Amino acid sequence: MLDKIGVKKLEDLYSDVPAEFLHKGAYALPPAMSEQEIRDCFASLEAMNAHLKVFVGAGAYDHYTPAVIPYLCSRSEFLTAYTPYQCEISQGTLRYIFEYQSLICSLTGLDVSNASLYDGPTAAAEAMKMAVACTRKKPRVLLSKGLLPHVIEVVETYARFHGVEIGYVPVMNGQTCPNCLKAELAKDDVAGVIVPSINRYGIVEDHTGFADAVHAEKGLLVEYCDPSALAVVKTPGEWDADIAVGDGQPLGLPLSYGGPYVGFMAVKKEHMRKMPGRIVGQTVDKDGRRVFVLTLQAREQHIKREKATSNICSNESLMALWVTIYLSLMGPEGLKEVNRLSCDGAHYLYAELLKTGCFEEVFPGKPFLKEFVLKPKQAGMQERLEKAGFFAALPTEEGYVSFCVTEKRTKAEIDALVKAVKEG
Amino acid sequence: MKYYDKLIFECSKEGRRGYSLPENAFPAAGELPVALRRQAPLNLPEVSEPDVVRHYTNLSQMNFGVDTGFYPLGSCTMKYNPKINEEMAALPGFAGLHPLMPARLTEGACKVYEEMDKALAAITGMYKFTFAPCAGAHGELTGLMLMRQYHVNRGDLKRTKVIVPDSAHGTNPASAAVCGLEVVEVKSLENGRIDVEALKPLLTDEIAGIMMTNPNTLGLFETEIKSIAALVHAAGGLLYYDGANMNPLMGVVRPGDMGFDIMHLNLHKTFSTPHGGGGPGSGPVGVAQKLVDCLPGIRVSAFHGNFGVILRAYAYILSLGREHLRKVGEYAVLSANYIKESLKDVYKLPIEGVCKHEFVFDGLINDGAHDDVPGATTLDVAKRLLDYGFHAPTIYFPLLFHQALMIEPTETESKETIDAFIAVMRKIAEEAARDPNILHEAPHNTPISRPDETTAARNPILKYQEN
Repeated sequence: MLDKIGVKKLEDLYSDVPAEFLHKGAYALPPAMSEQEIRDCFASLEAMNAHLKVFVGAGAYDHYTPAVIPYLCSRSEFLTAYTPYQCEISQGTLRYIFEYQSLICSLTGLDVSNASLYDGPTAAAEAMKMAVACTRKKPRVLLSKGLLPHVIEVVETYARFHGVEIGYVPVMNGQTCPNCLKAELAKDDVAGVIVPSINRYGIVEDHTGFADAVHAEKGLLVEYCDPSALAVVKTPGEWDADIAVGDGQPLGLPLSYGGPYVGFMAVKKEHMRKMPGRIVGQTVDKDGRRVFVLTLQAREQHIKREKATSNICSNESLMALWVTIYLSLMGPEGLKEVNRLSCDGAHYLYAELLKTGCFEEVFPGKPFLKEFVLKPKQAGMQERLEKAGFFAALPTEEGYVSFCVTEKRTKAEIDALVKAVKEG
Repeated sequence: MKYYDKLIFECSKEGRRGYSLPENAFPAAGELPVALRRQAPLNLPEVSEPDVVRHYTNLSQMNFGVDTGFYPLGSCTMKYNPKINEEMAALPGFAGLHPLMPARLTEGACKVYEEMDKALAAITGMYKFTFAPCAGAHGELTGLMLMRQYHVNRGDLKRTKVIVPDSAHGTNPASAAVCGLEVVEVKSLENGRIDVEALKPLLTDEIAGIMMTNPNTLGLFETEIKSIAALVHAAGGLLYYDGANMNPLMGVVRPGDMGFDIMHLNLHKTFSTPHGGGGPGSGPVGVAQKLVDCLPGIRVSAFHGNFGVILRAYAYILSLGREHLRKVGEYAVLSANYIKESLKDVYKLPIEGVCKHEFVFDGLINDGAHDDVPGATTLDVAKRLLDYGFHAPTIYFPLLFHQALMIEPTETESKETIDAFIAVMRKIAEEAARDPNILHEAPHNTPISRPDETTAARNPILKYQEN
């Protein structure tokens, strides 16, 4: 090979690099490991992590992953493929993305979905940018204080650099305050408003009148949702929202310390051409067969460069496949059943925790599904439960603690947690 | 590969179930108020587990991956994905960790981040890494935020422009725009490198920095990097390194030593994690010591980035170790130069000389055009390669050449595979010279033929509609 190239040794291939930049000496790295040693190394790292029953949500939910999903997603034809630019040998990827888009539209009740974004918070940040781009108004976007704290932080970071002013709508009585929203809308131009379908306290919000108020000011309404819960709660489409975003993680993705997850976004048809990210469309090939291609690419960075709707290139395709298989397996009944089990379990835990006398209600009578907050009467609840084998009672900035129950949590586990609370 | 026409919705039959859930042991909690309930029908497929398995197995068989064959996709570094890494990332002690668990419960995960930080710092010469970005472009955006923050922290508020070469990846200018920076383009010279003389007048006190990848997207080392770094720094700007092209430098050259202040790495390229049909990736960003104070306060993703991807990359680094790191860079460069030299008599090589991990041809030397028959284009060559069982190179990028064909073999291909690819590329060149129509009509052996992309964009069908 060297002869063909016309050089004598491998180092000659770097003859164009100024000598001072060629690294001298050894790299400060560990010595190479065999496969067996890597296995041992990871086993010892794994053992350093706690193995607790998870009773916390707050943006990452411990739902069950059917065995079929990792089995199919590890097929190398899916796993080791690149972005489906060569559609003739990528119909597998293109078809599942088309299915994914269809499923996201069905869940959200909106018209058009993209092929995925990084995660929920960045999807919200993209929605913030999109609201500004669609309305061509003063770049001011309102965030409900009921959004999860990390969603707010990411949107704030993007806004600060993108030149978007952020305003806030406070939470009153456990829900984004409608009158405060109207007051903020009246104050100044608003390009968009982002509100949580289920807020940081686990409460299912009532957004009656929100869309009308926002649309009257020619802004866009963005709903941040838990896609699993959309099987049972009113959809962004039904609230007449313009954009739905959120994290697909509750649809069977492992917690995996925060990633990879998958951001989703669906919009009303009129905003389609302002959407960020890839989109797959249906067409026919030369022989008239139904085929799928990446389409509407004139929005994207590889064509439009600095005028693109977003800089996103790699997304979370494999996790979109994961979600697609999950929704296919669960179907309408399975997804409702997941919500039923989680909701019944959460309400059981809520009632049992109150009976212990160690907590006070914060939002009595407010509707919730799998997640809720209580006010602990004593400090140190999280640590106490940790010792009993539970990750639970996550402290919030208001001094509450938050709990979450999914279908994975059994009655025996809940009873054991309650016992640990009682025994202090 | 065979054509399979179903969508999951077309496998659906009312009442079929593909799930198994435990019995409900809890008292019924009651219903949500009607006003908060979903009224719309929930149109999800109803399919059994075997239906699902067959459907997605059939879909997979219309896909080409690195495990299927050679993937010489320029700038994408489609190297082999070691299988041990998959197994390690799926260990329950990692997969079951909740991202909000305090550090006292996640010592193993924290150790992985610490060790990865040290390893990437050693490999790149940067001081500290953040692992929050989920992909390369996300890393670029994060890096540019850090660049702006650095100037803001010093009270230097007028630096709102960033210089980007005309050969840059499309994500560079797009990331700059998302970050609120104005893009100033610097031209390339005939030899494919940045025009240093053209750069000088651009370096005003409004310049936040320059984004570069070295080697650049032509696979050429920017030989003037030392003077570029000195000029940019003297003008008060910073240097950003786009790590998409880091592979040839592995074990040989460190971006930090060349004067770069900020960089990202694509763990899904250079560090062997699978691309997953378009992600998940991971784009950790490294900074020089003077930028460490800018890291807090910039939150770009949900929690700790794509931990699952980071675990795979860590396993890869452990398997290389200090002994084998250099082989990555050297063998990647060896393979690329070997292909270039073996084909430059039949494909136009616009710029002679040694390349790094990739290089660009500007189409065929003899495209077969005659009388009323148009010559074979780069698109035709790419599509014909699919017939011979190879993935196509990156085409029509960089934008500097009309018929760009960008080839990156990576270090994980054997000489036999590379020779087979060369033989096919030569055969395609012969076919073009003889009868370009064979190429115009390619591919012939794939599950589908060329699609009607115009109709797809003009009348978009973007979700399943029942007939």
